[in-house]
Amino acid sequence: MASLLFYILGFIMLTATLLCITRRNPVHAVIYLVVGFFALALMFYLLGAPLVAAWEVIVYAGAIMVLFLFIIMMLGLAPQELPEGPNWHRWGPLVLLSSSLMACTLLLIFQDPAATEIIGTYYLAPQELGEALFGRYALAVEVVSFQLLFASIGAYMLGRSLPKEDDES
Amino acid sequence: MMIPFGHALAFAAALFILGLTCVLARRQIIMILIGVEIMLNAASLVFIAASAYWQQADGQVFVILLMAITAAEVAVALAMVVYLWRRKKTMIADQFNGMRG
Repeated sequence: MASLLFYILGFIMLTATLLCITRRNPVHAVIYLVVGFFALALMFYLLGAPLVAAWEVIVYAGAIMVLFLFIIMMLGLAPQELPEGPNWHRWGPLVLLSSSLMACTLLLIFQDPAATEIIGTYYLAPQELGEALFGRYALAVEVVSFQLLFASIGAYMLGRSLPKEDDES
Repeated sequence: MMIPFGHALAFAAALFILGLTCVLARRQIIMILIGVEIMLNAASLVFIAASAYWQQADGQVFVILLMAITAAEVAVALAMVVYLWRRKKTMIADQFNGMRG
């Protein structure tokens, strides 16, 4: 039952992502992507990662995608800023290349003997995950926190108002 | 869960290639960033599947670090989008083709 659910969720995820990348309007694309992320979060849950599934919904679908929506709506993209949909002049060769790349990847994946082995039942309790994260990987957590600090400084620098044109030589 | 490891990897590969197609095909900066997000999620799916396959917590730890890194990346990238918008009032990546020294 759980494995059937996994395939259904994978189908939902891929369909939502395909719809997302072909939308003209970025707002529609972001909404489809949120649907895809919900399906992906449930796949994480089925693979034994309940805490990561919750954070996928909270951080990705909740925070990051809302940030995208916020920026799209703040800039107020006019309809003339949306000149592209799937146009087969440009998408034709690209789809051909992507599908051949996909075929090669699948060939490589299923050539490996580990590909047919069954993923066993696995459930990682949030407590064990926390012990691993703040025990063995405490240094990585510190490095990532530095990176978040640098990113916020960088976003602040980029977000300042532009200098006047006539001030520059 | 009775699915083979290869099927989880195949889903992740399909997701990654969809994201790559989005980055290569779309010319709108927001859509390019969305493609990058899709590719990062494909990487997280590989990590989670590997974590379940080897019954180790490390893959899930890396996904959490990846989420933090993605949040930082998105903050800087969207600040850059706002900067570019104020510069040229356009969202099409092809319009940003000039250098100014």
